Order: sequence, then C-alpha cells, then structure tokens
Amino acid sequence: MKMTGARILLECLKLEGVDTVFGYPGGTVINIYDELFSFKEIHHILPRHEQAGVHAADGYARATGRVGVAIATSGPGATNTVTGIATAYMDSIPLVVITGQVPTALIGNDAFQEVDIVGITRPCTKHNFLIKDVREIATIIKKAFYIARTGRPGPVLVDLPKDVQIATTEFHYPETIELRSYKPTVEGHPKQVEKAVSLLLTAKKPVIYVGGGVISGDAAGELRALAAKLNIPVTTTLMGLGSFPEDDPLSLGLLGMHGTYYANMAVTNCDLLVAVGARFDDRVTGKIATFAPHAKIIHVDVDPTSIRKNVRVDLPIVGEVKDVLSKMLKATEEQGDRADEFRKGVEPWLAEIAGWKEKHPITYKQTSATIKPQFVIQKLRELSDPDAIVATDVGQHQMWTAQFFTFTKPRTLLSSGGLGTMGFGLPAAMGAQAAFPGRQVIAICGDGGFQMNMQELATLVQNRLPVKICILNNNFLGMVRQWQELFFDKRYSQTCLELPIDFIKLAEAFGAKGFQATKPDEVEETIKKAFDTPGPVIMEFKIAREEKVLPMVPAGASLNEMVLNA
Amino acid sequence: MRHTITVLVENEFGVLSRVAGLFSGRGFNIDSLSVAPTNDESISRMTIVTRGDEQILEQISKQLNKLIDVIKVIDFTGGEAIEREMALIKVTAEDVSRAEVLRIADIFRGKIIDVTPKSYTIEVTGAPAKIEAILELLRPLGLKELVRTGPVAIGRGAKGWKG
Ligand SMILES: Cc1cc2nc3c(=O)[nH]c(=O)nc-3n(C[C@H](O)[C@H](O)[C@H](O)COP(=O)(O)OP(=O)(O)OC[C@H]3O[C@@H](n4cnc5c(N)ncnc54)[C@H](O)[C@@H]3O)c2cc1C
Ligand SMILES: Cc1ncc(C[n+]2csc(CCOP(=O)(O)OP(=O)(O)O)c2C)c(N)n1
Ligand SMILES: [Mg+2]
Repeated sequence: MKMTGARILLECLKLEGVDTVFGYPGGTVINIYDELFSFKEIHHILPRHEQAGVHAADGYARATGRVGVAIATSGPGATNTVTGIATAYMDSIPLVVITGQVPTALIGNDAFQEVDIVGITRPCTKHNFLIKDVREIATIIKKAFYIARTGRPGPVLVDLPKDVQIATTEFHYPETIELRSYKPTVEGHPKQVEKAVSLLLTAKKPVIYVGGGVISGDAAGELRALAAKLNIPVTTTLMGLGSFPEDDPLSLGLLGMHGTYYANMAVTNCDLLVAVGARFDDRVTGKIATFAPHAKIIHVDVDPTSIRKNVRVDLPIVGEVKDVLSKMLKATEEQGDRADEFRKGVEPWLAEIAGWKEKHPITYKQTSATIKPQFVIQKLRELSDPDAIVATDVGQHQMWTAQFFTFTKPRTLLSSGGLGTMGFGLPAAMGAQAAFPGRQVIAICGDGGFQMNMQELATLVQNRLPVKICILNNNFLGMVRQWQELFFDKRYSQTCLELPIDFIKLAEAFGAKGFQATKPDEVEETIKKAFDTPGPVIMEFKIAREEKVLPMVPAGASLNEMVLNA
Repeated sequence: MRHTITVLVENEFGVLSRVAGLFSGRGFNIDSLSVAPTNDESISRMTIVTRGDEQILEQISKQLNKLIDVIKVIDFTGGEAIEREMALIKVTAEDVSRAEVLRIADIFRGKIIDVTPKSYTIEVTGAPAKIEAILELLRPLGLKELVRTGPVAIGRGAKGWKG
C-alpha cells in the first residue's frame, strides 16, 4: 500500500515499539502531526519548549533503557533541541530526534525557518541523517534506532524535509539492518578476560570503579555477583549511581570531586583498579598524574576511544559490560581455591577502608534553626518508595542528592553528568513519569535551574503526570556561589538570584499544588503532604543559604587533597 | 611524529565534513588531506597526513573508526607504504633563469605544462620529500604560484585493500 512519508515515519516508530513521543508542531512537521491526529498507537506529549521535549525523551530513555523519541519543527524548533541532544550525547543516552526541514528544493536558499541542523548537530550526535527521498525513510529510521541503541548508545537526529513527508511510496520496513561501516564489539576477547582475572587475583588492594556503562549495559546483577564473590569494594561515578546498592557494606559511594573521603582514599591507595563502563572524566580523576598512582588498571568499555583517552591502562577489554563481567565471574568461579584465598587476602584492605569510613563518613552539621539540604535529601529517601525515580537538576542540590540519597537500583537516578545542563531535572522527571505512570517520580531542583524549564508545570498538569518537585531554595546559583566563596574571596558576582519567587503561587497558577517548609521540623510533614497529594506538587524548602557541598577536591588537585570541612 | 592515515569511507554526502570536524573539534592536526572515489563507487578513499605522539595517533585512529560512515582506517607509518604527491609549480623564467628552470625540471622528471615569455609551469610527482627538494631549488628563481595535492598512499606488496 502506498503511504505518505509522514505516515511511513509513524509506522516505523510503531514497529520500533515506540509508545510515547515528545514533540512540538510547526510548519515543516504539520504533515506528521496531521497523520498523528488519527494514529492512535502512539501517545504524543506536548511539552512547552522543544529543549524540554528532548530532555523528557532523554528521561524516558534513562528510566526505561529504551530509545527516547522527540519531534521538532525546522529552524527555531530544531535549534531548541540542541542542548537536549548534547546532554544526551555526553551521557550516552539513546534518542532519535526527528526534525522537519524546508522542502528539498529550498535547502540552501535561506528559506523561511531553514537551518542546517545536520551541520549544527554533527559534533553532538552519534550520527545524523538528512532524508532526501521518500523511499529512504524506512531504512534510515531503522538505521537511526539501530545506531542509537547499540554499542555505546547515543542520540541520532533525522532531518526530514516537508516535501519528503508529503511524497508517497510503498511501505516496507526492513526486519534487520547491517552496516558494513558500523559493527560494535559485543563480546570481550576471552584471552583478555582470562588475563584480567589472573591480574585481578594477584591484587591485595583492589577497587572496582563503575560508571554509567553498567547501567546502560544492564549489568548491575553481574557486577554485584562479582564484587560479592571476590569481596571487592565498589565505587561509582555520578552516572553509575544505582548500579551497585549503596547500602551494601562493599559500597564506597561516589568518587571524584564531590566523592566520599573513603572512595577517594581507596582509589588513591589501591593496587588494582577495575574500571567498568566508566570514562575517567576529569571530575573523577582530579590531577591525572596522581590518580591511582600505585594501581594496575583494567578497563572494560564498549567504546575503544574511552580506553587510554585520559589515563594509562594496563589491560583493556573492549566489549559489553554484561558479557565481560559474566565471563570474569565464570573465570573466577573456575579458580576455586584461589578465589577464596583472594577473599581472605583483601581483609586487611577492607579493614583499612573501614577505618577511613569511620574517620570521615559523609556527613553534615544539623541545626534547629535552618533546614539543611542534606537533611531534606535523607528524609526524601526515607519517605519515598523504594523504587522511586529521582531526576536532578544541576548544581549543589544534585551533589547532595548523589551523596545522601543512597541509591540501590539502576535507572533510579536521572542526572545530567557530562554536559551538566541546568533545566534538565523537571523535564527528565516528566519523561520518566510518562514511561511509568504508576511509579513515584521526584524531581530535585535548585531554585535557579528550576526556572530554566518551569513552563513544563503546564505539561505535567495537562497530562496528569504526578511528578513531585522538590526545590532546594537557597536563593543562590549555589554551586557557582560555592566556588566564589572558596576561590574568589566571596565576591558573589551575579550568583544571588535576589528576587524571591513565590513558588507556591506559581504552582497554583499552573493548576498544581505547592507546599513550603522553612524550618527543619516542617520538612517531614511537607514531604508527606506532597507525596499524599495527587498530581504534580512543588515542595519548596528554604535551606541554609551558604551551605557547601563537601568534601570537595579543588579543580586540578589530587583526589586525596580533599577539602573536608568549611 | 608524522603519520599517513588512509581512511575508507562511505561515498556519502557530508562524510568529508564529519572527518574534518572530528580533527578540528578534537584539536588534532591535519597537514594535508586528499579524497576521491575508489574503484568501488560507493567507497571514497581519504589520505590524511597528521602529526602527534603515539597516544594522540591512537585516539585519531579510534575516533575515525567510531564515525559511523568510516569503513576502515589504516595507519601507514613505518615505511610499509608508498607515498606520492603531485605539485604544479609556476615559476619565473626570464633571460638566464629559463635554462636553469628547465634543467631543474628535467632532473626531477618534471613536465613543462605551460609556457609564457615570463614563466614556466611545471608538473612534478614524487614522494613528498622530492617535492620539497625541487621547491627548494626553484624558490630562489621566483615561485609565482604553487599547488600541491597532498600525498596519496598505497601499501607495498601484493595485498590490496578493497575498493
Ligand atoms: C556539578 C557537577 C559535579 C560533578 N561531580 C562529579 C563527581 O564528584 N564525581 C563523579 O563521578 N562525577 C561527577 N560529575 C559527573 C561527571 O561530569 C561525569 O558525567 C561522570 O563522572 C561520567 O561518568 P562515567 O565515567 O560513568 O561515564 P558515562 O558518561 O556514563 O560513560 C559511560 C562509559 O561506559 C561506556 N559504556 C556504555 N555502555 C556500555 C556497555 N553496555 N558496555 C560497556 N561499556 C559501556 C561508554 O563507552 C562510556 O565510556 C559531576 C557533574 C556535575 C554537573
Ligand atoms: C545551562 C547552564 N547554565 C549555567 C550553568 C553553570 N552552573 C552550574 S551549577 C549552577 C548553579 C545552579 O543553581 P541552582 O539551580 O539554584 O542550584 P544550587 O547549586 O543552588 O543547588 C550554574 C549557574 C550550567 N550548569 N548550566
Ligand atoms: Mg540555588
């Protein structure tokens, strides 16, 4: 049967299993929206800004592990998606973003609402396409999803000119696709795995350093089994939080700039570091020259470019974490006695770490007069569902969430790590809630970042997405203020937001509810009220304005040179 | 260190800008780049001359491989390849220097492809070092214009890369 290009696009999405898309109409996608009008299999959510639409698709993808889909019109619609796309790219999140384009005959003519979005997004997509012929749509959409979700996942943009949407052709969707130029490695080389296990078993002070790859590669189970089998402590990056239960005694929590004292000490003193699906980001390593100076390094990653990009590696294994970890587990099981010996051999090391944990636990000073943000985060954990999904914005509140929430399950923390995009939290929570209408979804935001996408309150209310929004209000661009306090003599240049906003009235203006807490003893009650109120709710906490995120490794310092107290 | 890298890519719209963008975006050097279709029309072949230490070269080659349109990356370093470059050189040739220009062109097996009373245009091919050598001799006589293709490279021996 002959179909229009617009219809073919929707049929392709359906066959890819897409149930929800986040999109915003306009002149060059009006034909897609016309087809969508009577296309019931795909649920469309209308955000109030295309950036938020892409963040929502991203939140959907992070929470489900599936490809998130967003649609925008040409020109300004397309440019509005760029921050969302770059955010997903830096964190390796699978997205397919479809943009309308001016008719092929007008491309290059500075036509109305024309922009070279393929050129603009080339450096921040895994790949992108401009479709010039209606007969290419099916294959290119197939390729787009395949590229987005395989290997190291990432966003793919498809630019679809208006005349191609209108043209008709027979629809045929390819069942499989092969690209001679793209063949990601899945299986870790058995020889390398064997060598890695031998090397591992020689260690006395091992640490496993885990990143977002274990979450995107669905390997939390394998990780846990390996760590338990060999008694190896585990530290995670911000992106890795949730891949290993933080209430497990082997957990060291977060490492890096705002990591725990004991995680950073363990990495600095270990004799073997197993990096799994992590990319040695500068927020993690601090000064490279003094990073894990005594350690042999094993690095497991699906993307060869991650390996030896920043640090020397003694034993690289290219492959999917799930495959490599299960092979490692199997190999250690075959070692029998040696594995038991190894477990005993690391006891002194675990005792040393326990000493660090006792000396400098992750902590804060409680007061009765003002609300401490860390206390709010702890209370949120205590009062929320065990499988609650938490999306954060970017800033101090993000780090306090990472330090104090105690994540135990993969895909329960959605946070912009690589790009650090303020404005991410609320729309990401919205996407996760759209994917899981029945689960508790909490957005933890600063007062600054919340204002970067607060228009999405409308989308939440309209679509009955009951996201619970926690605003940690310090009336500061707190994270930048902290740097100004520590490194710029408290010269708070443009970081005080000054204008006090009535977030409760704001919530009400959108048809949502709002509650406020100004004293510590109101915190619990406010959270309970928010959780018990149906629909989207803002809970605003007036927090200690100049509270700092600690510990902190100053930029460029070694991991063991942490600032512990104010 | 100088490296000559050969890249086989899908002969598609935008591939050149992906490769060029990769080099500029990541701060890698490009000394020269040449590109044209191969015997298989769906494949183009690029020859890129770049510089960097071992770690940078490893990243360049991994990053190139990571581009979806890149089919194969070959780092031809260590003399296992033959390199050739062509230069078209317009050189001042008046009075006494006319004979000298001809002599130099002849020594380098260059061809005169255009003549005026005031100039010769020479076509010369060879390894990049040979091009450098003839330029050094011609420069004092007065170079009016120079265009070089940048080297292309092919592996020694019977084995051939498809395309
Ligand atoms: C204000 C602020 C402060 C921050 N402070 C810290 C901090 O103190 N500590 C910290 O850790 N981070 C911090 N971050 C985050 C930091 O910037 C990086 O985003 C983060 O460290 C990167 O995490 P990752 O190494 O897990 O990499 P990711 O970006 O998650 O990359 C995942 C890696 O795994 C690989 N991979 C993906 N899928 C697979 C698979 N299936 N199999 C194998 N490999 C796979 C990828 O190729 C990639 O190399 C901060 C961010 C902000 C905004
Ligand atoms: C889009 C964007 N602009 C600027 C920044 C730089 N930045 C990082 S954290 C921060 C302050 C965030 O303030 P707020 O949202 O109130 O959170 P807080 O740190 O106070 O918890 C800023 C400005 C950024 N990360 N993203
Ligand atoms: Mg703030």
